[in-house]
Amino acid sequence: MDGTQAELQAQGALDGVRVIDFGHVLAGPFCTMQLAALGAEVIKVETRARPDEQRAHRGDGVADDLEGNSNFFEVNLSKKSCSINLSTEEGRELAKRLVATADIVLENMRPGVMAKLGLDYSALREVKPDIIMLSLSGFGGTGPLKRYAAYNPCFTSVGGVSHLTGYAEKKPNTMTNSGGDARAGTAAVFAALMALTVRRQTGRGQYIDSSSCEVINSMIGDQMMDYAMNRRSPKRHGNSDAHLAPHNVYRCKGEDEWISIAVATDGEWQGLAAAMGNPDWAADPALSTASGRKAAEARLDALVGEWCAGLGYVEAMHLLQSHGVAAMPSFKAEDLFSDPHVRETGAVAEVDHPVLGRRTTIAPVLRMSRTPARIYGTAPRLAADNSYVFGELLSLPEEEIRRLEDAKVIW
Amino acid sequence: MTDALDLKVVELAEFVAGPYCGKLLSDFGAEVIKVERPGIGDRARHLGPFAGDGPDPEASGTFLYLNTNKKSVALDIETEEGRALFRQLVADADVLIEDRAPGELAAMGLGYDDLAALNPGLVMVSITPFGQTGPYAGFRAEHLNLYHASGQGYLLPMWAINLDVPPCQGPGYLGLYDGGMAGATAALAALFWRGNGGTGQHVDISVQHAMMHLERSQLRRYVDDGKSPNRTGKGRLLESLVECKGGEYAVVILSSQRQWEGLWRAMGKPAWGMEPPFDTQKGRSDNYHELRKRLADWAITVTQDELFHAVQAEGSAAAPILTAEGVFRSEQFRGRGHFTEIGHPVAGTLEYVAQPTKLSDFDPGPKRPAPLLGADTEAVLGQAPAGRPELSHTGAI
Repeated sequence: MDGTQAELQAQGALDGVRVIDFGHVLAGPFCTMQLAALGAEVIKVETRARPDEQRAHRGDGVADDLEGNSNFFEVNLSKKSCSINLSTEEGRELAKRLVATADIVLENMRPGVMAKLGLDYSALREVKPDIIMLSLSGFGGTGPLKRYAAYNPCFTSVGGVSHLTGYAEKKPNTMTNSGGDARAGTAAVFAALMALTVRRQTGRGQYIDSSSCEVINSMIGDQMMDYAMNRRSPKRHGNSDAHLAPHNVYRCKGEDEWISIAVATDGEWQGLAAAMGNPDWAADPALSTASGRKAAEARLDALVGEWCAGLGYVEAMHLLQSHGVAAMPSFKAEDLFSDPHVRETGAVAEVDHPVLGRRTTIAPVLRMSRTPARIYGTAPRLAADNSYVFGELLSLPEEEIRRLEDAKVIW
Repeated sequence: MTDALDLKVVELAEFVAGPYCGKLLSDFGAEVIKVERPGIGDRARHLGPFAGDGPDPEASGTFLYLNTNKKSVALDIETEEGRALFRQLVADADVLIEDRAPGELAAMGLGYDDLAALNPGLVMVSITPFGQTGPYAGFRAEHLNLYHASGQGYLLPMWAINLDVPPCQGPGYLGLYDGGMAGATAALAALFWRGNGGTGQHVDISVQHAMMHLERSQLRRYVDDGKSPNRTGKGRLLESLVECKGGEYAVVILSSQRQWEGLWRAMGKPAWGMEPPFDTQKGRSDNYHELRKRLADWAITVTQDELFHAVQAEGSAAAPILTAEGVFRSEQFRGRGHFTEIGHPVAGTLEYVAQPTKLSDFDPGPKRPAPLLGADTEAVLGQAPAGRPELSHTGAI
């Protein structure tokens, strides 16, 4: 584990908060991992009877080893794990006893499943009146589509972002396979903290029924305004901007190297011209205003592109930034994990894992001066914390734990 | 009964990231006082879209959406008087959100150390493209640049036929919202700790880092096999984009045999669907190009809506690719209160996208529109006292 002595001694913002995590796959685990990074104790409730898909599946099929999946690792750092088979009556009772000790419960099963298990909000608030419960689903737990299946491409599509992603002359794009889930999970961290804030003020718990479609659509809420005002739906426009030019990516000399350049002000245009060595064409007075540059966009793109083609993309970034121009490479994963800025600011960290070994991963985002979010530990093995959870937390006698194990309740 | 969040926030931020952070608090009833440059205001006021396309800094759609339920104070912190009033505002605030270039506020005597000396409980949230430290701290970046600098742009457009298709930014200002979301989350976490006996603190949000974190499930592929994932090679069985009757698009998910059987029934049980090679997941994957063509041939005969409901009714997964119009028409969105009507003195009454996070037992009350520039200067800073003419200079327009 990375971290200076001072950092290890620092408190976590959510020290003392306990989260019971019924999450699986991506959105739910992504939320609780971030709560754990803030210092909350997150206990993942899972079972061998039906392991988290992220443990059991790889892109090409079923994995034999439930402990070797890097995608599970990526969204379950710093958590504890206990095994409870929720298909048994006793298992559901154990889960309730666990919830009674907690502040927050998260689940992202299909709407209706928690109710069927007798673990919905109304049941859980009986054992913990001020519990905060978050239910995450693709379309939300109410409404005509509540039972519809929703994978990430479904809610980026319904949420309006797919239509706005990609090039104007090409088809819409559903983005990558995880960005929508990750944003749904990240918005749920905010929701959990808002509910904790409200609980402190009012003493009341909350139920939050979060729809990934709504979360992602609210993050392009400004793009919905043209329809609200003018009954016009905006269109995708690639790397371009409605008002600015140059505003594009340009090919540099390395393999598949591209640099993004955005010129917002006249000063930045002068900076770009200077960085290019003030070529004659850049002195054209027609290019001295934003509207003039936008009108000449195609010509500008060709000329700027020609100049970029002779440079490496990192070289171009430094040269342009030194002239005050917003210019960044289209970084590849490989670039980011070795980038001097990323490394110096601690945006990546090393974490040991018993099966995967030492891995580089992206560190938690919230850099708080007194309570920095951080990685407290690796992703847990299934049932790694059973003795803590059932022995210490629930004070079950050893023979009772053994009986429940034999009955495959603790399983 | 309605509840207000007992929280005073000062927002010295513009455009998207910082204002979205403020909106995430104001929409839940926090008092958010937005500090704007007299006469000019937030950059988003000039961006549009505008009703009828007539530019009006009081009716820019981007600004209206991102600044609901806030107050506006016109205050020029470039002047000594303005800075004094700003300090006064911050002295009893719980949170300050700011998006100035690293070091800029400190050079004006308004850095975290200066403000914490006035108000040790202050949570100062700085949201910048690359954070407060490190070699790129002073670099400039628009949304385009951040999308690419985070590694997300390199992965788009997914399904690119080859690497001659340039990498592409994401939709709208999505990456800047990511930064705002991180800021609001950190603010609440910091306040929680303060309420447990902690103090104020400084939060340093790098939008680049926030965006990288959101793409971790893809970026980790490089750690797995030493190869950077790119925008090609993702055209595969798992999801197929199809064009429907009328030119609208839909996406069809195919991750299992069960899903294929549902889709096949929705397609009207064509004989080939149960014959080799299309009768197994492997066969479909190996013959994906041909399968996709057959899906396309079917999809173009049905509308987007027909496809969506037919496939879902058979227990498989598909979804329509909605335009803004489609979003506003969706019964699902509408039935769940995804829109909220807000009246505005200049822009009129419009339907806004509501906060997707709804607390079951907390009602922050009626929604208020984004403020006119400087609308609350007098009410917030008090009447300009005699002998302080600079207050009217720094005051409302």
